[in-house]
Amino acid sequence: MANPKYLIFLGCVVPYRLSSYEISARKVLDKLGVELVEMPEFNCCGLPMDPINHELMLTLAARNLCLAERENLNILTLCNGCFSSLNETNKMLKEDKKLREKINGYLKEMGMEFKGTIEVKHLIYVLAEDVGFEKIKNAVKKPLTKLQVAQHSGCHVLRPAKYVGRDDPENPTTLKELIRLTGAECLDYMDETQCCGNPIIGVNEEVPFQMAKEKLAHIRAVKAQAMITICPFCHIMFDLNQSRIEKTFNEKFGIPVLHYTQLLGLAMGFQPKELGFDELRVKPTEVLSNI
Amino acid sequence: MSETKEQVPSVIKAEELDPKFKYEMSKIHGAEKIMLCFQCGTCTADCPISRFSDFYRPRKIARLVQLGLKDRLLSNDALWLCTSCFTCVDHCPQGVEIAGIVRALRNMLTKDKGIMPLVYKELATNLLKSGYVYAIPDSRHKKRIEDGLPPLPKPNLADISKIFELTGSAKILENAKTFEKVKS
Repeated sequence: MANPKYLIFLGCVVPYRLSSYEISARKVLDKLGVELVEMPEFNCCGLPMDPINHELMLTLAARNLCLAERENLNILTLCNGCFSSLNETNKMLKEDKKLREKINGYLKEMGMEFKGTIEVKHLIYVLAEDVGFEKIKNAVKKPLTKLQVAQHSGCHVLRPAKYVGRDDPENPTTLKELIRLTGAECLDYMDETQCCGNPIIGVNEEVPFQMAKEKLAHIRAVKAQAMITICPFCHIMFDLNQSRIEKTFNEKFGIPVLHYTQLLGLAMGFQPKELGFDELRVKPTEVLSNI
Repeated sequence: MSETKEQVPSVIKAEELDPKFKYEMSKIHGAEKIMLCFQCGTCTADCPISRFSDFYRPRKIARLVQLGLKDRLLSNDALWLCTSCFTCVDHCPQGVEIAGIVRALRNMLTKDKGIMPLVYKELATNLLKSGYVYAIPDSRHKKRIEDGLPPLPKPNLADISKIFELTGSAKILENAKTFEKVKS
């Protein structure tokens, strides 16, 4: 089978703040034989504009889809949010003729037309479906058998099921299985599928902080050495904001938050500094002494 | 979770009701099934925001739409507390897309009342200027090269600005009054 080839859609948050995710993702994907092509002239996926105007979101997303159709390549996203808006828009426009005509009316002004010829996948579905568990298992050179971690898949990679339709949103297993391939143990904890809260942090800090605190407490309760994420928004909520959450509630968590690609990268034999570990706010000292 | 803390008038006056509002809503993409809501409360029971907020109750939003209490809905800051986690959408036994209804109401507020949280105006302004909703500093662009990452592509700002014009978003943005935070 030919190696999978994807257009990489970086979105906004990853280049703005989380190069650790991009660096580690590019390293492991390259080693696993996934060819990444840079996406020309892309714009924000549209999701943050949905509250202002739904048609604005759809058209911004559709423009990106048209760029991918032009290259005749499927899109790989690192961010749950980008996956959500691009995948949903892609599916909605494929299914809903009236909506497609409306959005195509706008796209025409830019010399574009949505045809519905490509697919959008989040990184974890490319790993699970295109690379395959067997190949990932074979690429693991240093199994992380001393590590016990907890996963946080986030919302938009699972829900709404109507548009994602891949993993079970009530009891998701894709990320858990991907974690187990690294040799690490993936612990179960309460309310694993609960949202991180980050999307509303710009209008209200109290609720997201309480949601994130509860999740961190549940993860601490099962004694996980680290939390594993696959979305830059979730990562920011738990890593960047963890010290502020600790201060707000006067509680100590000290739970390192790793991008899945960093965990997999370690198991594949990359050095922490090659995987952007120095950019993590909560220092993963214990994790690194156990590899 | 109790709904007793909410500060709502106990009497709804008939003249406040707009009987056509639910039909108007049911024509909006994502809000089509509003009339199928039978108030079971699954959305509120499973909503992570409702657990921590005294005001945000998706079931109540659905009921206010059915009753046609448009002004009360659009003057309710709690609309901005939905994180769009889509738990309500997946759990609704009637297939009502509550998150889609919330979005439709937010869109109504920005378009008809010209109000939005400041953060969205800032994100939109960044997007129009740079193609990204965050202003990526030069130091980040330089660091990409040091880290061995490919440079970010040049954005097509003409296309983005055209999309804002065509969808009526430029006008919404230009006229928008903003507010900063909402209470939970």
